[in-house]
Amino acid sequence: MSEIPGDLKFLKSHEWARVEDGGTVTVGISEHAQSLLGDLVYVELPAVGDKLVAGAAAAVVESVKAASDVYSPVTGTVTAVNDALADKPETINEDAYGEGWLFTVTLDEPDQLGELLSPDDYAALVEDEAH
Amino acid sequence: MNQKTIYNQTHRDAGAKMVDFGGWDMPIHYGSQIEEHHAVRRDAGMFDVSHMTVVDVRGADVRAYLRRLLANSIDKLKVPGKALYSCMLNESGGVIDDLIVYYLDDTFYRVVVNASTRDKDLAWMAAQAEGFAVTLGERADLAMVAVQGPNARAKTLALLTPAAAERAGALGKFAACDADGLFVARTGYTGEDGFEIMVPEDQAVAFWQRLAEAGVRPCGLGARDTLRLEAGMALYGQDMDESVTPYEAGLAWTVALDEGRGFIGRDALERQLARADARQMVGLVMDEKGVLRHGQAVFAACGQGEILSGTFSPTLGKSIALARVPAGEVGAVEVDIRGKRLPLRAVKYPFVRDGKAQPDV
Repeated sequence: MSEIPGDLKFLKSHEWARVEDGGTVTVGISEHAQSLLGDLVYVELPAVGDKLVAGAAAAVVESVKAASDVYSPVTGTVTAVNDALADKPETINEDAYGEGWLFTVTLDEPDQLGELLSPDDYAALVEDEAH
Repeated sequence: MNQKTIYNQTHRDAGAKMVDFGGWDMPIHYGSQIEEHHAVRRDAGMFDVSHMTVVDVRGADVRAYLRRLLANSIDKLKVPGKALYSCMLNESGGVIDDLIVYYLDDTFYRVVVNASTRDKDLAWMAAQAEGFAVTLGERADLAMVAVQGPNARAKTLALLTPAAAERAGALGKFAACDADGLFVARTGYTGEDGFEIMVPEDQAVAFWQRLAEAGVRPCGLGARDTLRLEAGMALYGQDMDESVTPYEAGLAWTVALDEGRGFIGRDALERQLARADARQMVGLVMDEKGVLRHGQAVFAACGQGEILSGTFSPTLGKSIALARVPAGEVGAVEVDIRGKRLPLRAVKYPFVRDGKAQPDV
């Protein structure tokens, strides 16, 4: 498995979160999640201005194989969505931790970051799932 | 523990992602399902279908037995080597399985049934054989490879001896012959030209390697599913089962109500025809973004139905599905996806044939 960037935090359900300099949080799905889903063909994103709740469904990613809910790691308001995915959902397969980001959201409750998994803990979780 | 085909290690060595498929450990893809799909539409791909069950039916009564067992009529098979697609029904007209039968000689037919239904199929076939002079012999010693795509036949023929290549190259569609000890049939489950080839297990891995060296791309069951759905071909267990008649699975063309042939399930089918209430299979295309999936509810003028097989079509770049709806005028159709109603178009299927989208799809 490819290296997980050190500045990410994770949900058990395979979403990643990165706190940006301005205090917003960028959200995507993990490398492991995209490899489980296979070729992605469609992404349903929230709208800018939508209120998200930590742990609640915020987006849907669909591969040839299955549809999967994406849960928001934090509570906040959507500030941007990755519109480029509408035409190129495979970007998530190619670069899950970079160009394949899904949306950004304000960090209304900074304490929630403490609930998320570190890259090492997440890597251990994925490792456990494989056995 | 899942069963393994002779190719299990070959798949693993090629980096396949393996999944449980009806009790078999099979490759779902070798990296990218979509690229494998396109390889079959544009060039040539190969599938391990060794998990399928081959049954040789022999005996003086084989013809009478199959005339009773199958909803399609083996009387259509006049020339040795010719194949027929048929359903095998229960007394209520429900589909026990769909299969291909090859006519080899007057006392020898070969039947290929699904892997997931093997046990019940063999039990049913044995039970119905009572009173007929036939023997059923499963051929677990044969591996099977489907080589499919516009270049599939040429690439396969190049591996055969000249005499065998000439015989196999001359095969019409839905016909088979022996070629260098292989059983080569010009059949498939992708909507492309190609062969399905039965190989003795001791030659199976070497044969696969030779195909790979000839540029035939290994493809997993994932691509097999999107290819067959684009080709409008039904999948047992998903598009039909024992609660469904062939008329309700878009398989009316496989039922032969020929004069005086009392096949199992015929009475039930004739009653259903008289009532004119058979549910109907429709092909659906979604122009909106999203993916149609098994189990989604659809709403047509004739009433509510259900998506049976749905997927993203790599060839068309949009989603397609087969759905079953009540009898009557289909009219405008909508699907419910996660609580949202989206419009669909009912179209004639196959959606794709010989690499091309069909008109109006």
